[in-house]
Amino acid sequence: MPEQPPYEPERAIAGTGMGGAMDLGASEAAGLEKAPGGPDGTGPRDKARSLWSDAWRDLRRNPVFLASALVILFLVFVSLWPSAIASGSPLSCDLAKAQDGSGPGAPFGYDGQGCNVYTRTVYGARTSVTVGVCATLGVALFGSVLGALAGYFGGVWDSVLSRLTDVFFAIPVVLGGLVLLSVVTSNTVWPVIGFMVLLGWPQLSRIARGSVITAKHHDYVQAARALGASDSRILLRHIAPNAVAPVIVVATIALGTYIALEATLSYLGVGLKPPSVSWGIDISAASPYIRNAPHALLWPSGALAVTVLAFIMLGDAVRDALDPKLR
Amino acid sequence: MGRYVVRRLLQMIPVFVGATLLIFLMVNVMGDPVAGLCGERACDPATAAQLKKEFGLDKPLWQQYLTYMGNVFTGDFGTAFNGQPVTELMGSAFPVTIRLTIVAVLFEIVIGITLGVLTGLRRGRPVDTGVLLATLVVISVPTFVTGLLLQLLLGIRWGWIRPSVRTGSFDELIVPGLVLASVSLAYVTRLTRTSIAENRRSDYVRTAVAKGLPHRRVVTRHLLRNSLIPVVTFIGTDIGALMGGAIVTERIFNIHGVGYQLYQGILRQNTQTVVGFVTVLVLVFLVANLLVDLLYAVLDPRIRYA
Repeated sequence: MPEQPPYEPERAIAGTGMGGAMDLGASEAAGLEKAPGGPDGTGPRDKARSLWSDAWRDLRRNPVFLASALVILFLVFVSLWPSAIASGSPLSCDLAKAQDGSGPGAPFGYDGQGCNVYTRTVYGARTSVTVGVCATLGVALFGSVLGALAGYFGGVWDSVLSRLTDVFFAIPVVLGGLVLLSVVTSNTVWPVIGFMVLLGWPQLSRIARGSVITAKHHDYVQAARALGASDSRILLRHIAPNAVAPVIVVATIALGTYIALEATLSYLGVGLKPPSVSWGIDISAASPYIRNAPHALLWPSGALAVTVLAFIMLGDAVRDALDPKLR
Repeated sequence: MGRYVVRRLLQMIPVFVGATLLIFLMVNVMGDPVAGLCGERACDPATAAQLKKEFGLDKPLWQQYLTYMGNVFTGDFGTAFNGQPVTELMGSAFPVTIRLTIVAVLFEIVIGITLGVLTGLRRGRPVDTGVLLATLVVISVPTFVTGLLLQLLLGIRWGWIRPSVRTGSFDELIVPGLVLASVSLAYVTRLTRTSIAENRRSDYVRTAVAKGLPHRRVVTRHLLRNSLIPVVTFIGTDIGALMGGAIVTERIFNIHGVGYQLYQGILRQNTQTVVGFVTVLVLVFLVANLLVDLLYAVLDPRIRYA
């Protein structure tokens, strides 16, 4: 393959790969633009379509994708402007109303401290979305760069990196989180995100390494090398566009699991701590009152489950679209 | 085969050293281990220095690590801050968690594989779609939510089980085991389904059908045997993950197992307990992985290790 074709998919990747799931809309818009007629006049439909425009065509028709994308868009909207659908502050609580059922302005009722469960559930979305997106971005960047370099250059660094990923895989994630985060006193999302990047990168570096090794033996890479292309050009222009699909799929599914992990760590008391607002904190706080006020437990749990489900289903749909072999 | 085992055992050493060293460093970041000994108040500096000298905490970190590992291999995991030897804590905690893991693995095998075979043979039918959707939901709901919900429904609303575990006998661990297994169970179902659906079209199945074997025998003897290879791998590697991930389940159902001891150890900055338990968990994980790799060769004769 000469120079032209790699340009096309690469633009789509710049959006999808690094933007995580949230940017899917934007990058797929790019895919949509280029679907009729390539930029270099390759003709509308008679030429073979790229993997990306094919995938986008599939996704648009997939009800699972549309449903999960809708849920995710809603979540992003809510985490940006929570006050649009919930009045009052999540931190203003009235002990007199503790454990009350639903009332005016509080469709989900009140929790053990008399806080409005609806408001807290709405405001909790921001934490989850921030943690999920930032952790995935960090893991995807860090992991795929390390994995791609190791896979491309091979040699000693590849062996060292492989052993290093083995080491990280041997440490149970929740356990590592408990140990590392129990010392943190800062009550922001950043230590949690940092921890996820620290323990999450090996997963993506393995995927990226594998797909770079597969891509590097293809003829077009040999051709590019024979034409005198530098390593960085081969990696960025030729290998990356062809190796990024599995990374995107794994990263999207991982986004959901990071959201679940944040809630788990907050539930155990080492993630975010009150007065931060997070579904994990709310579930943990509601569990002693499970007998009298189960609604305080059920609503944040439901929100958490739907969020994680949306991201996992989105990842599933993207995988089906990008990997036609599975059908 | 023998040479392969030796090579794998040798490869395990750097991973074991790396993982334990990492945990050792992490725990050291956890804070001053002596501070936990003086209770609420800060230690008197002279006492602190004396204690540090006594426990060898004034030495450089790498030296502490070497001493610790040397002791571990003679069976001495040190003493927890309440004076109990860590091995004693392990003796009471591990049996419970091992029972819990056994229950979980049994659930994975029985329910996961059965559902996987059923759906794999009926691909595209309503049963298949239904189970597939159910697995997605189970994977998406975090374990602690599943656990709390089952506790609420079965333990409090309907009174079928005791909401918290007392002795840790097998019958009490059924529901906690199911909770612990839930996510992996869904993965086992999906994995079995894919594998069965893939192998159903293979030549040996067609041969078996063609020579007139009953359907049941084709499925159990020919199809299942070959399809279970990836599933066995998954379940094997999952054992280590289940034991390490039991913290959440044990906390919900108040089970005094490994997760409980670790949680207490971390809260009270009881470094000896934490490092000791994690070391054992890492070993379990590595050995389970090794066994899975060896089992692979037994199950699949096409694989031969030189």
